Amino acid sequence: MLEVKSLSVHFSTADGDVKAVDNVSFSIKPGETLGIVGESGSGKSVTALSIMQLNASPPCNYPSGEILFKGKDLLKAKEKELQKIRGNDIAMIFQDPMTSLNPVFTVGSQIIESIRKHQNVSKKEAKRRAIEMLTDVGIAHPEKRMKEYPHQYSGGMRQRAMIAMALSCNPKLLIADEPTTALDVTIQAQLLELMQNLQEKYGMAIIMITHDLGVVARIADRILVMYGGTIVEKGKTLDIFYEPLMPYSWSLMQSIPNPQPGKREKLVPVPGQPPNLLHLPEGCRFQPRCPFAREECKKINPPLTEKTSGHSASCILTPEEIKDEISKFKRGRGVI
Amino acid sequence: MNEVLLEARDVKKHFQANKGFLNRNKSNVKAVDGINLSVRKGETLGLVGESGSGKSTLARLLLRLIEPSNGEILFEGDDICKYNAKKMKQLRRDMQIVFQDPFASLNPRWTIGKIIAEPLLANKSDINVKKKVQELLDTVGLNPEHYNRYPHEFSGGQRQRVGIARAISQNPKLIICDEAVSALDVSIQAQIINLFEDLQQEFNLTYIFIAHDLSVVRHMSNRVAVMYLGKIVEEAECEQLYTSPRHPYTKALLSAIPLPDPLEEQKRQRIVLKGDVPSPMDPPKGCAFHPRCSKADEVCSNKTPALEIDGLTNHAVSCFHPEDQNQKKREVRI
Repeated sequence: MLEVKSLSVHFSTADGDVKAVDNVSFSIKPGETLGIVGESGSGKSVTALSIMQLNASPPCNYPSGEILFKGKDLLKAKEKELQKIRGNDIAMIFQDPMTSLNPVFTVGSQIIESIRKHQNVSKKEAKRRAIEMLTDVGIAHPEKRMKEYPHQYSGGMRQRAMIAMALSCNPKLLIADEPTTALDVTIQAQLLELMQNLQEKYGMAIIMITHDLGVVARIADRILVMYGGTIVEKGKTLDIFYEPLMPYSWSLMQSIPNPQPGKREKLVPVPGQPPNLLHLPEGCRFQPRCPFAREECKKINPPLTEKTSGHSASCILTPEEIKDEISKFKRGRGVI
Repeated sequence: MNEVLLEARDVKKHFQANKGFLNRNKSNVKAVDGINLSVRKGETLGLVGESGSGKSTLARLLLRLIEPSNGEILFEGDDICKYNAKKMKQLRRDMQIVFQDPFASLNPRWTIGKIIAEPLLANKSDINVKKKVQELLDTVGLNPEHYNRYPHEFSGGQRQRVGIARAISQNPKLIICDEAVSALDVSIQAQIINLFEDLQQEFNLTYIFIAHDLSVVRHMSNRVAVMYLGKIVEEAECEQLYTSPRHPYTKALLSAIPLPDPLEEQKRQRIVLKGDVPSPMDPPKGCAFHPRCSKADEVCSNKTPALEIDGLTNHAVSCFHPEDQNQKKREVRI
């Protein structure tokens, strides 16, 4: 349905071009949930904003790539065409529901606006739909709540209202950029369940951007792991979690506290800092922090290649070598 | 180890809120409402709860950064609420805090050397300040030569290290970590957690570790207290609490955490709580949790349960219908 082909996004700054996204390709099928994980600054959000063409340009420019949605290249589309797609075919929800709702309009009027903008319906019909959507996302007394302003809503309810607005035009694709990061776990659990139910009901595809591995483990079918502006691993959720083929994904999982009851192990952090996108390290981007780095890693920047069926990684080590290294590492810790 | 370092007895903090025309309607926000808590030397007490449950207010009360409306706070057996300013200043050396936001808690116009030296100078210790600061930088894993740099030159994780260096500069006995790792990326978060653990061993520190991330709290703590609307609803040894939670709220909270393990996630039974945390301005009658609780009945909406301690296991819970203590220990992986 959506295909991103070797997309690069650069931002020009006084210090030079920042390669925020570098040669990224992926696709998403209808009804699928794709998780994008990575640390801050790894290019997750910029990728998502590029699909919607919402990056401020300048300083942003696209030196290469295509974003094909229903066969049309969004990078070449005119602003008018984009406006028809945004909010209608592709909808997006953001991390901070406080700043993404307009504080001086009622929640209801904001939802009605987005319905009337994209669909040729009467005011009455739009209002009926808005109430229906608010009921769908689990807001009690929707007729009354419609007339309230965002500040009268709690954080979780605002995010529900955002989801209602995003889904009001029946989008084919929903891009969720850290939708639950600012919320408490109990509210997060409510929203994740809601998103899954709505996906079943409306059949849209979801791109879920998050840094929380627990969230993707729960809802994603496939995962992209991003690091320093590129995809370093791509595959089915189970494969990535149980047989990671890129040392970065593996170390990320090692650094989350996940102790068995009664046994507390010291965490294994990823040493060092995420790379500076202005001065990327030589060779593989992850090489300075990689626990399994070899001499060659400093010279070769391995491209993303398919290692096993449907599972790609950008690492010069073969799957067997990585397995070996991981078990060697585990044995080493067992001794301590 | 068993000596009590800090104790709170029936501590309350009620903020006044003004409502209505000409602020005529006064009402109270019971941010912290009757908390009893004790922390022993060398242990880590975890404090968890959703936003608005009063965790941070409690932290500030324990340090006497704000005055309690009621109750006593005992540090090494002395009620610190009765201390005068001079005595309090001396005591502040022993109790430190590390804040959540490493961007807001460091003065952007000061070099990190000056930031870390300030508590040393304030207490007029006769030492070579520069040398001491460089030692501290080394202890928290920063390059001592970065003494003259400004906070904006550092990343989030490094700034948090500066905040920690400042906190340990006075050789405190107690450090309160108020969401100290919440703003960091997971890979960096693990570095800081390890640093906290190393420092605890090295300096025999006592921590009160506040976080909303339950897996981090589990990793760090010996005992954990769960807060809901200004009250502690459950307190127990860490493993006990995570393997056999007794309060329905704790149970729901634990089941809401998404686990980084897809197969486990599919198998799990999840309790999804309905609704939001009620406003502390207008808390529900009876048990504060009853409108969201699956076990609630008439008693819960009329009477407020007290926090009762089971003497054998030291497991305290405030609920009329707690989970059975002897329930089969489930493997809850967090």
